[in-house]
Amino acid sequence: MTAAAELMDYDEVISKFDPVLGLEVHVELSTATKMFCGCPVTFGGEPNTQVCPTCLGLPGALPVVNANAVASAIRIGLALNCEIAEWCRFARKNYFYPDMPKNFQTSQYDEPIAFNGWLDVELEDGTVVRVDIERAHMEEDTGKSLHVGGATGRIHGAEHSLLDYNRAGVPLIEIVTKPITGTGARAPEVARAYVTALRDLLRALDVSDVRMDQGSLRCDANVSLMAKDASEFGTRTETKNVNSLRSVERAVRFEMTRQAAVLQAGGRIVQETRHFDESTGSTSSGRAKETSEDYRYFPEPDLVPIAPSREWVEELRQTLPEMPSVRRKRIQAEWNLTDLELRDLLNVGAVDLIAATVDAGASPGEARAWWVSQLAQEANSRGVELADLPITPKQVAEVIKMVASGQLTNKLARSAVEGVLAGEGEPAEVVEKRNLKVVSDESALTAAVDEALAAQPDVLEKIRSGKVAAAGAIVGAVMKATKGQADAKRVRELILERANA
Amino acid sequence: MSELTRLTAAELAAKIQAKEVSAVEVAQAHLDRIADVDPAVHAFLHVSAESALAQARAVDEDVAAGNQPASPLAGVPLALKDVVTMQGAPTTCGSKMLEGWHPPYDATITTKMLEAGIVILGKTNMDEFAMGSSTENSAYGPTRNPWDLDRIPGGSGGGSSAALAAFEAPLAIGTDTGGSIRQPGAVTGTVGVKPTYGGVSRYGLVAFSSSLDQAGPCARTVMDAALLHEVIGGHDPLDATSIDEPVPAVVQAVREGSIGDLRGLKIGVVKEFSGDGYEPGVMVSFNEAVERLRSLGAEIVEVSCPHFKYALSAYYLIAPSECSSNLARFDAMRYGIRVGDNGERSAEEVMSLTRDAGFGPEVKRRIMIGTYALSSGYYDAYYGSAQKVRTLIKRDFEAAYEKADVLVSPTTPTTAFPLGERTDNPMAMYLADLCTIPASLAGHPAMSVPSRLSGVDGLPVGLQIMAPALQETRMYRVAAAYEVARNEADGGPLINRVPELEVAR
Ligand SMILES: [Zn+2]
Repeated sequence: MTAAAELMDYDEVISKFDPVLGLEVHVELSTATKMFCGCPVTFGGEPNTQVCPTCLGLPGALPVVNANAVASAIRIGLALNCEIAEWCRFARKNYFYPDMPKNFQTSQYDEPIAFNGWLDVELEDGTVVRVDIERAHMEEDTGKSLHVGGATGRIHGAEHSLLDYNRAGVPLIEIVTKPITGTGARAPEVARAYVTALRDLLRALDVSDVRMDQGSLRCDANVSLMAKDASEFGTRTETKNVNSLRSVERAVRFEMTRQAAVLQAGGRIVQETRHFDESTGSTSSGRAKETSEDYRYFPEPDLVPIAPSREWVEELRQTLPEMPSVRRKRIQAEWNLTDLELRDLLNVGAVDLIAATVDAGASPGEARAWWVSQLAQEANSRGVELADLPITPKQVAEVIKMVASGQLTNKLARSAVEGVLAGEGEPAEVVEKRNLKVVSDESALTAAVDEALAAQPDVLEKIRSGKVAAAGAIVGAVMKATKGQADAKRVRELILERANA
Repeated sequence: MSELTRLTAAELAAKIQAKEVSAVEVAQAHLDRIADVDPAVHAFLHVSAESALAQARAVDEDVAAGNQPASPLAGVPLALKDVVTMQGAPTTCGSKMLEGWHPPYDATITTKMLEAGIVILGKTNMDEFAMGSSTENSAYGPTRNPWDLDRIPGGSGGGSSAALAAFEAPLAIGTDTGGSIRQPGAVTGTVGVKPTYGGVSRYGLVAFSSSLDQAGPCARTVMDAALLHEVIGGHDPLDATSIDEPVPAVVQAVREGSIGDLRGLKIGVVKEFSGDGYEPGVMVSFNEAVERLRSLGAEIVEVSCPHFKYALSAYYLIAPSECSSNLARFDAMRYGIRVGDNGERSAEEVMSLTRDAGFGPEVKRRIMIGTYALSSGYYDAYYGSAQKVRTLIKRDFEAAYEKADVLVSPTTPTTAFPLGERTDNPMAMYLADLCTIPASLAGHPAMSVPSRLSGVDGLPVGLQIMAPALQETRMYRVAAAYEVARNEADGGPLINRVPELEVAR
């Protein structure tokens, strides 16, 4: 292991350098099938079960472009205010790696489907930064390697490697920004806000699961520094493996302080790929790119050019949903939120989730309460984004509806949500499995009340003598006896009824 | 030799439907013939006797049940070039790399042929990954030309052409990237057709050069080639480069051509296809063929295609570039041979050792040329320039087709050369495709039909007929008319003059 990097104090970095960012985001599309074949793209299948001759790169097999993936790419391009190419091609990016079945990746090179766009990004204090988009292009994902043995988990030094080609050929859109300059001390925050805004946009477009934890949204962060008096960009590094929004911010900040220290000490930045380590928040050197790899791009001869007609592009434009920023303004008015309240909700990433929960039939108040309390705590303790919790707005809405209809108490509802989060299934299944239904059988409940009263004759006396508050002890006993599945209000009524009977 | 093996595909199909002979008898006769002569010819890498007989039985059952034949070729045997996948048999592409690989899927044309009731006898020998003009680049030993066993049968599809000339099969499938159907056809006195690029599905054809590869029919008569063309042609949703148009009515075109009347048709002679390197025997044959076409009523015009002289160079940049990428997948990870995996070596080392052991010298040469041509800094000068030449060649063709309906040339500058003559001289080997490459680069259809035996060495010479994209009917019409006239003047088909082969048993 190399020694820990020297870091410069952040304020000093900002006083001496201007950071320049470039963000490359890969998005896995949630089309039904892969980019060039008919295999399904669902996450988590048994290894090598979602494969065919084409995505395994078997000799003789050929690709055919997935029209839905092209439509998604165009919609993403339009939502990012890009121009859509009238004519473009796929290209082959040639390099050898065992998880790439053909040893070339079918991608787009100098003819992306979408280019020259922008995305407005809102920071926590409401400042809006416009990020220019260079291009969004289509490509296919690689398979996954699992390197067994060895210290690094990388192919070098591994005893053996396992390959899963289920992911090979899954449609990807790569979205590349133009250099982001002039953000100064806020560069890390801008990076995070950009990826957040992009994620929200993609979710609104309903083109991807955008799950950073599952790799359906992946970010590579290019960072360089230029001295205050310099006129050219400095040498950049590309940090990969940045798997959460928080990591995007941390990785950028770390690279800024590391690079500044190197430059300050008279060193030079090596153009290289760096790996981000979630546990330490630091980056480490990967593959040096000094002699940049020659991918020998050339137009993919197995595919014909893509020439989306202007009519089709306009049709797709009509399918664009309300953009997240517009929608937030509308929601703020509808929910009657102050700017501060809205920002708080935004900062925990709850607005779209609450809105979706409301859309699924819950009241805004209840939806808000769930996402900002129990679920926010849960996300916090798991160290994941709210949106990455394994529960959907629809499921939350279902639980809220069960409470409203008296099927669950608030306490039972929390248990139901816990069950969903633990992967026990849909809310209804969890309620069934955990036996959470409110005990509404009056005779069973009456028996429990009678039993509790009989067990505490002194309390019974107090109640009979008019000290109604004493009933609390009996309520507690009954709730305990029914494992919390009784409706406390009804229990209290019953106690008073039975005590005075 | 059973008389059944001398019949044409059309005749065999008719006899089977008339119940004069069973498809099983026909298949067995050809399997026997293969057993007799293939030890000397070595046209086949794999014989699928069992599945062939099963396919033949199914046809016989159909006939017995009084069902409509699945196609006009139901029950006719065929030899399949080993670059096309078929389940139940290995696909090696003539390479050690794929030794023992059993593809888990059928090529689209394999499916079409099986559905048409065609009986697939086995897989034929070829230059490794279809790179070569003599079949000497096969990792499994060369195929010999039935006209002279010391000579090459052409390449890369020498196994398919030799199987036809040796009467081991009446039909064969070839694949043509720069001439691999037409040149073997010419040097074995058989018919070979390269359809319009995109006219026949490439799904299941192991790629050499994706923008050039095209499978096509091989036969001993023009009609048989046309019948097979209609079976394998047509749009395939699994091949994005496949043309969504009906298959040209080539069988009808052959019927029309057989009347022997070419009046009103203009035939262009490409000026550039003559001179140095063209054997006198080939040119005499060609000039005689042109005169015969004139006598059938065609108007002969001379056309000039000034950029054709760059075609060979452009081809030897484009095809290797694409092949360097297409053949990258042979990395010992998922299929084919694996060399040096001793549990210690890294994946990279095993990959490298396997590719070194699995590929022959010609394949390596082309991978290296292609890798170089695509490298950054060289791309524009090599691959980029070659693509420009390709455009210029298309324009030459466009101009030529303003003046003529079809173009003709010798198929290849020489007759079959002796085995070993050019193996150490790649440039000389490449010249065999001088006349066939332009149509490949343009994506146009072209075919070779037997013309006559060279007066110099007594070996067959072929006439190449080229047509604009999707205009196969013009080409077949001319070929059919020529074939009838030639056979009449010569007293029978050229293939009848092939010497008897010694029988192995
Ligand atoms: Zn697939």
